[in-house]
Amino acid sequence: MKLVVNGKERVFEGPATLTGLIAALGLDASTLVVEHNGELVRREDHGSRLLREGDRLELVRFVGGG
Amino acid sequence: MDPTSLQEPLVIAGRTFQSRLLVGTGKFSSAATMRRAADACAAEIVTVALRRVDLDNPQDDMLGALAGGRFLILPNTSGARDADEAIRLARMARAAGLEPWIKLEVTPDPRWLLPDPMETLRAAEVLVKDGFVVMPYIQADPVLARRLEEVGCATVMPLGAPIGSNKGVRTRDSIQIILEGASVPVVVDAGLGAPSHAAEAMEMGASAVLVNTAIATARDPVEMARAFRLAVESGRAAWRAGLPGARESAEASSPLTGFLR
Repeated sequence: MKLVVNGKERVFEGPATLTGLIAALGLDASTLVVEHNGELVRREDHGSRLLREGDRLELVRFVGGG
Repeated sequence: MDPTSLQEPLVIAGRTFQSRLLVGTGKFSSAATMRRAADACAAEIVTVALRRVDLDNPQDDMLGALAGGRFLILPNTSGARDADEAIRLARMARAAGLEPWIKLEVTPDPRWLLPDPMETLRAAEVLVKDGFVVMPYIQADPVLARRLEEVGCATVMPLGAPIGSNKGVRTRDSIQIILEGASVPVVVDAGLGAPSHAAEAMEMGASAVLVNTAIATARDPVEMARAFRLAVESGRAAWRAGLPGARESAEASSPLTGFLR
């Protein structure tokens, strides 16, 4: 399954949930903010959020800034 | 705790802070150094930015380095080129579980990073209605400051000089006008490159200052953080004490009578 994650196309084993994707990427869900096709996904909804071919995801987190 | 600051805390949106020094967390050599600097200057408000995770090289989250502190984490909307991008970033930060406070920055031009006044005002109106405590970064424009206050911003944050320029309070006269008219806290943000610059802003009557580059890029950021703390406290105390004005001619400090002649 192809997904566009942070602007880059990537191939994952599908079907998948958002929780599965975050784990596959080796990221810590507790500090992550996720937009799925432009919509913010609450952390408690990561497990039930199904991903489909061509979906766009933005994974952001906090970095140093002024 | 310093007794003078306890007498007169900084109040933003009904919340009380003893420290009048806000610090940014960018440009530090490590997250651990940033944390030691933030602790050394007793900052209570620290800013962070939101960025895409680098999937090929995921680094530690900045919130981890701030954990266990008494900090109010103030996310900024840096990187936003227009109001819509800023609003999106603010909502993302809130979705991360932070309190709904936002340092609103809209900077379309990366060379000067000067804020876009129209887009900033537009984003501020939306975010205030959406329940955010909005702290907009602005050019030192007294009319804009008033307009932002009218739409419900919790502070205004006029720049002293361009971000990271270390030039000091180059917008002094305009900031003075903002200070005269403002009924929300005025936080001088950006361009403060030395503790003396921070002291100058505080002596003028600024409610607080925000410093990042000057601390983060100092040879010893922790010591510089402490120096800024002292400067902010000193400047505030001077403002409270009431600075005598400058004069064009000399006025003797010693008596002009009783000379031995």
